[in-house]
Amino acid sequence: MQPVIAVSNLSKTYASGFRALKHIDLDIRRGEIFALLGPNGAGKTTLISIICGIVNATEGTVAVDGHDIIRDYRAARSMIGLVPQELTTDAFESVWGTVAFSRGLFGKSANPGHIEKVLKDLSLWDKKDSKIITLSGGMKRRLLIAKALSHEPQILFLDEPTAGVDVELRREMWQLVRSLKAGGVTIILTTHYIDEAEEMAERVGVISKGEIILVENKAELMRKLGKKQLTLHLQEPLDTVPPELGDYRLDLSSDRGELIYTYDTQGEQPSIAALLDDLDKAGIRFKDLQTTQSSLEDIFVSLVREDR
Amino acid sequence: MNIHAMRAIYKFEMARTRRTLMQSIISPVISTSLYFVVFGAAIGSRIAQVEGITYGAFIVPGLIMLSLLTQSIANASFGIYFPKFTGTIYELLLAPVSYLEIVVSYVGAAATKSIILGLIILATATLFVPLRIAHPLWMILFLALTAVTFSLVGFIIGIWADGFEKLQLVPLLIVTPLTFLGGSFYSIDMLPPFWQTVTLFNPVVYLISGFRWSFYGIADVSVAVSLAMTLVFMAISLALVAWIFKTGYRLKT
Repeated sequence: MQPVIAVSNLSKTYASGFRALKHIDLDIRRGEIFALLGPNGAGKTTLISIICGIVNATEGTVAVDGHDIIRDYRAARSMIGLVPQELTTDAFESVWGTVAFSRGLFGKSANPGHIEKVLKDLSLWDKKDSKIITLSGGMKRRLLIAKALSHEPQILFLDEPTAGVDVELRREMWQLVRSLKAGGVTIILTTHYIDEAEEMAERVGVISKGEIILVENKAELMRKLGKKQLTLHLQEPLDTVPPELGDYRLDLSSDRGELIYTYDTQGEQPSIAALLDDLDKAGIRFKDLQTTQSSLEDIFVSLVREDR
Repeated sequence: MNIHAMRAIYKFEMARTRRTLMQSIISPVISTSLYFVVFGAAIGSRIAQVEGITYGAFIVPGLIMLSLLTQSIANASFGIYFPKFTGTIYELLLAPVSYLEIVVSYVGAAATKSIILGLIILATATLFVPLRIAHPLWMILFLALTAVTFSLVGFIIGIWADGFEKLQLVPLLIVTPLTFLGGSFYSIDMLPPFWQTVTLFNPVVYLISGFRWSFYGIADVSVAVSLAMTLVFMAISLALVAWIFKTGYRLKT
């Protein structure tokens, strides 16, 4: 299937000489939720801005549903909605007015029914006649989403959508994103919050210092890079790890009461069954055990750290 | 052609005009009225007729031009500068609109506003001085061409400016002096020969001369030259706007 967004060999060097993006190749699949993760200054916003037409690329091409974003900008851009990171809004325009303006700007004829639905979905309906300046930060964030959805885009970019948004609102937004996806909208979100990516995304791309260092299915990523830890709570504290268990490279906790076994899920290390067997032979008894699996956050941190 | 977008921008800009009615319409009308009182009635009564027209009536076209120029620039520059200042310009750059559509909408709205203003000032003038308009169609043409040209200039200033100070700088340091020295309040014939030659380098002279001709049939330079020069300024402004959008100057990095 043709990707809905095809980025190829995209580079951006700013006038200051800063290389924000280096030869990016990236395909976004139709209808997926894609999370772009990366530390501050990694190039997330630059990448999105180029795809949306706000920033000029230095080299490379982007096609949106087969339309080149430069040559065929009208077709490409009409498909896209962008919720920017910064809360940039007019001040004196009304909520209704600004959303209707956005729809017109994207070449759609007026459709009060659609705007009403969008405002209701985002709990902004009772504010429709208010001036934007009177809205709270969370409301402004939702207003920007309403503006982006006003022209019924097929691709939605959310640049740090839940920065500075309270927990409840965050849940509501996730819900909205899911219902958009159900309606066939492709969603690309950048985020700092790993739990957001973990919760929402089907695929994850990690960008660091202007390069895409990894694109993977979330589940696959967790499986490949996820580490598991088995913690054994011992009945009797140990002074040292017995030498016959050296193969497992066990860690002893500082209070000597716990043995920790770190293993990856690919199963190249000895199995847990073997470990438990060997513990039994060495006469080490434990009263409890627990396993933990690394989260996307741990994976992300370790990836970016390696890259540095 | 993205007609919906053009309509949206135009409507948005006109709504801004309505919200700022006081400063957009009323204050220029008041300041122009003051000119009439001071120059037309108080000082004008002691000045002999200029080329057969009372001084009060003579300055009407110049005064309208003065407001038209400053207001066109102010409207258009603010209209495009403000979205840059607040950051809402992202939406304009993101939308499937061509540069031509953006310019036509913003400049069209700014020019509409200043033409309305020009007509209001004209109506105000009739309260103070006897007026006749010899060539009404030409009058409207010069009014419209000047409003559009200087709205284009304003648009360029608005894109160039990266602070409120710069936004004020060009109107204050260049446009106002050029207008005052462009024959708003006098005929170029009244100047010594040397200054008459210098004046011919002032573009505003041609605008005011042509505009005044449409009222009284008298002009400092021939009306054909006025029209040609006005069109030349418009072409220069258009070329600059085209360059801005082609390069993304101050809009896109």
